[in-house]
Amino acid sequence: MAVLDISNLCIEFPTRRGVLSAVEDLTLSIEAGEILGIVGESGAGKSLTGNAIVGLLEPPGHVTEGVILLNGRDITHLPESEMRKIRGAQIGVIFQDPLTSLDPLYTIGQQLTQTILTHKKMSNAQAKAWAIELLNEVGIPAPERRFDAFPHEFSGGMRQRVVIALALCCDPCLIIADEPTTALDVSVQAQIIALLKRLSREKGVATMLVTHDMGVIAEAADRVAVIYSGRLAEIGDVRSVIDAPKHPYTKGLMDSIPQIGQNLKILPNIVGAMPRLDARPDGCAFNPRCSKAKFICHQQAAPLIEAGSVGQRAACWVYEGGEKYV
Amino acid sequence: MKNLTTSGRWATFVDHDITYSFLHSPTTIIASIITILMFVAAFGAPILTSFTPFDPGSLELTDAFLPPVWESGGIEKHFLGTDGQGRDILAAIMYGTQISLVVGLLSVLLSMGIGVPLGIIAGYFGGWVDTAIMRFADIQLTIPPILIALMIDGVTRTSMSSELHEVIAIPVLIVSIGIASWPQYARITRSGAMVERRKDFVAAAKLIQTPTSLILLRHILPNVIGPTLIVATIGVAVAIIIEATLSFLGVGVPPTTPSLGTLIRIGNSFLFSGEWWITFFPAFTLVILVLSVNLIGDWLRDTFNPKLR
Amino acid sequence: MSEQSLLEVQGLKMYFDVSPPLVTRLLNRMPRQVLKAVDGLSFSIERGKTFSLVGESGCGKSTVARAVAGLYKATDGNIIIDGQDLANANGKSKITDISRRMQMIFQSPYASLDPRWRVRDIIAEPIRAFDLANDKRDERRQVEQLLVQVGLSESDGEKYPHEFSGGQRQRISIARALSSKPEFLICDEPTSALDVSVQAQILNLMTELQDELGLTYLFISHDLAVIDHISDWIGVMYLGRVCEITPKAELFSNPRHPYTKLLLETIPDLRGGSHRKPLEGEVPNPITPPSGCTFHPRCPFANERCTREQPVLKEYGPAKVACHAVDEERI
Repeated sequence: MAVLDISNLCIEFPTRRGVLSAVEDLTLSIEAGEILGIVGESGAGKSLTGNAIVGLLEPPGHVTEGVILLNGRDITHLPESEMRKIRGAQIGVIFQDPLTSLDPLYTIGQQLTQTILTHKKMSNAQAKAWAIELLNEVGIPAPERRFDAFPHEFSGGMRQRVVIALALCCDPCLIIADEPTTALDVSVQAQIIALLKRLSREKGVATMLVTHDMGVIAEAADRVAVIYSGRLAEIGDVRSVIDAPKHPYTKGLMDSIPQIGQNLKILPNIVGAMPRLDARPDGCAFNPRCSKAKFICHQQAAPLIEAGSVGQRAACWVYEGGEKYV
Repeated sequence: MKNLTTSGRWATFVDHDITYSFLHSPTTIIASIITILMFVAAFGAPILTSFTPFDPGSLELTDAFLPPVWESGGIEKHFLGTDGQGRDILAAIMYGTQISLVVGLLSVLLSMGIGVPLGIIAGYFGGWVDTAIMRFADIQLTIPPILIALMIDGVTRTSMSSELHEVIAIPVLIVSIGIASWPQYARITRSGAMVERRKDFVAAAKLIQTPTSLILLRHILPNVIGPTLIVATIGVAVAIIIEATLSFLGVGVPPTTPSLGTLIRIGNSFLFSGEWWITFFPAFTLVILVLSVNLIGDWLRDTFNPKLR
Repeated sequence: MSEQSLLEVQGLKMYFDVSPPLVTRLLNRMPRQVLKAVDGLSFSIERGKTFSLVGESGCGKSTVARAVAGLYKATDGNIIIDGQDLANANGKSKITDISRRMQMIFQSPYASLDPRWRVRDIIAEPIRAFDLANDKRDERRQVEQLLVQVGLSESDGEKYPHEFSGGQRQRISIARALSSKPEFLICDEPTSALDVSVQAQILNLMTELQDELGLTYLFISHDLAVIDHISDWIGVMYLGRVCEITPKAELFSNPRHPYTKLLLETIPDLRGGSHRKPLEGEVPNPITPPSGCTFHPRCPFANERCTREQPVLKEYGPAKVACHAVDEERI
C-alpha cells in the first residue's frame, strides 16, 4: 500500500467572478522510501497540492473533490485539531524559507524538544537526547553545542537542516518538502538533496519534493510528476521523463533548460507563457503553446495515457489508441 | 475558466474589487451617504437656508428659546428651535458644520503638507537626516495637539488685539491642529520610502542621472501616498474632534462664527434650565459626522491594507 | 588596456561600513566592522562580447554590477568605460554621455518597473532623460518600435506593469534599457526570477539583440548553465575576489582553480542523473573572511602557504588564476 494516495483531487478558489479551479483531477501516489518530485512553473498548483495534503490550504481555497489517503486513512476533510496531530506525527513539512519555520525567540533545542514532547510520550532528558540524535543525523556538527543556539546563529544551509530535523521529530512516514533548496546556494543545495535522499532511503520515508528546478528533480527524485496549469501533464520514472519526455510541454521544458557544453546559439523554447487561472483555454491548457494541437485538444483535456516506458503516462491526445509520437 | 468573464485587466479588477467591497458594506454606504449629505448641507447652507444666524441684525429676540417643532410651543419656521438670541439651531448647525469641516480638512492638508515631504526625505536619505527628522517628530508627538493649540492661542491672544484675534482665530486653529499631527504622516511615508528607495526602478532612474528631486516626486511619492490618504480620512475626524474640544474650551473658534464645538459650549449653559435642544443637536451632529468619517476611514484601511485589520 | 575593450575594471574595491551604531559599539566595546564586498577586482570586457561573473550568493558579484553602473561609489579602483574613467569624468555632458551608453537589466521583474507608471512612460524615461526624441510623436514611435523589438505589441504601452507576466515584464525592462541606445548592458541575474521556459525566451532575446545591435554584456548569474550558454568570458568570484578568469570553453573543459572545479561538480546534471558530489561547507561570513586565500578552509589542496598568503591572479595560457596550488603546480 502506498503511503500517500491521492485520487482525483480538485482544489478550487471561489472568487466573486466565478470559481477558479487551481488543481484539477490530480491522481498520484508515493510509496515508502520513494521520492516523488512535483515539478511545474510558479502558479501551476504544485505547492497547493502539498498544502492540501497537510490541510494548510489558505481560504477560500478548498478541496472540492477527490480523496487523499495517508496509509489508507482518508485525511481529505479532517478537522484542524485532527490534522494538527497528523502534521506533527505522521507528516513532516519543510518549506522554502527555513526562517519562516523556525521561531527566532527560541533555541533550536527548545523547538525540537517541544515538538517531540507534544507528540511523543518521553521524559525531558529522553527528548533532548533524541533531539541531539536528530541534529546529528541531519549533519549538524557538534549537535550538543549547537543545541542551545538560536536560529539566527545558523547559516542558511544549517537552518534548513534544523527544519528537516524538526520535520523528522516524530518519525513521519511522509515528508512534504516545498522548494527546500530554492533559497540556498548551489553547493549547499547539493548537500540538502543528498540528506533528503539518505533519509528516505534509510528511514523508508515517502517524500514529496515540490520544486520548479528540474536539476533538483533529476538528482533527487525516483519518479516525477509534471504539473501544468493545475493538471498533471506527465508522470513517470524520473529517467524516462527526463530522457524521453512524452508530453509536448515536458519536451519543451526539457529542451529549454540550458545545458553545459551544449553550445547552442538559440535555445529551443516554448512560445508564450502558462495561462493565468482565469484565462485558461478550453480543452488542454497547453493547446495555445502546442505545435501538435489538434481539434480535440481545444475541446477536451486529455486523460493520462500510457506512453513510452512502463508507468510513464502523459495527458496528451497524441497517445490515444497507442499512437506513437516521437 | 468557466464562469469568469473575459476581461482580465487587473486595473479594472481592482476597481471592481473596491466597488464590490463598498457595495457589500452597508455601514460604509450609510456612512458615505451621511457624510455627503453633511457636506452638501454645510457648504450649501447659504442656499439651503434663509437664516443668517451670525448676522446680529437679522436676529429676532422674540423668537428666543423656541423648542423644536414637535415640542409644545415649537414653530415650523424654526424646525430644531432657537437659542437664547433667537438664532435658528438648524441653520447654526449647518454653518457650524461648515466651519468644522473646513478646519478639519485644511488642518489635515497642512499636516500632510508637512509630514509627507519630511517623511519621504527621512526615509529616502536615511542616516542623520532621518534621525534628525524623526527625533523632531518624536518630540512633537510628546506634546498633545490640544496643548499646542492652547499655547498658540495664548500667545496670539496676548499679543494681538481682540478684533484681530477673532479674524485669525480659524487659521490659528488650523495651524495648531495641523502642526500637531504631521508626525503620523511622516512616519507612514518614511517607512514607505525606505522600502521604495531600494527598488530597482529607483536604481534605473538613478542610472540615467535623474535628479533626486524628480525621483522623490515621480517615483517615491506616488508609491507611498496611498496609505497616508487612508490615515488622512481618519485624521479629518480627529481634527474635527480637536477643533470641537478647543472651541468648547473657549480657545477655538470665536462665538461670532461658531463651529459645532462653539455651539455645544453655548448650549451647554442652558442644558440645566431645560433648553436641551440648544446643545443636543450640535452635539448629535458632531457625533454622527465623526462616526461616519471614521467608518469610511476604517473601511478604506481594511480594503486597501487587510493586514492592518 | 587593449584597443577593443569597452569596459576596464582595475583593482575595484567596495567596502561597506556595517558597524553597529556608535553607542552600541562603545557599550559593547565592539570594533568597527567593514564588509569587503569586493576586494581588488580587475577584468576587462571586449566590445560586443559577454563577460559573466559567477559565484555563490554573497560573493559580491551584484555589487560589482552596481559599482560599474555607478550606483555605488567605489572605495578604490578605476572603472573605465571606452577610455573614460567613470569616477574622474568631469563635466555634465561627459557623465550624461557615459550613462546614456550604459544601461542595466535587473533581477526582479516586479521591483524594477514602477507600478504607477504606464509601460510607455517607463520605456520613455531614458529617452526623456537624455533628450533623444525630437517631439512627442517621435518619442511615441521610438517606444512602439522598442516594444516590437522585444517581442511585445505596440498597444502594450498603454498598460501598467501589473498586467504583464514575469517574462513580459523582463522584456519591458530590456526595452527601457535599450531606449537610450546603449552599447553596454549590465545584466544582474536577469533570468533568475523566471520560470525555465520563459528564461529561454529572455536569453534568446538577449542573444538576438546582441547580434543585432552589437551590444556588450556584463552578465551576473549564479547559474553555471546559463553562464555557459550566454558568455564569452567568465570570471569566477569567491568572497569578493576573482579566483579565475577564463574563456568559456576553458572554464568548462579545463577548470583550474579548485573552487571552480568544485562549483562545476555541484551543477545538477539532468541527463547523467545523480552523481554530483556535495561541496563541503558553506561560504564564510564575508565580514570575517578567512586569512590568506579565503577559500582555504573548503579547499582540498590547501597548505600552510594558503592560510597565510593571499594569491594573486597569474596567467596560465588564456586563463588567469589566483591559486597557490596552481602556481606551485600541485594541481
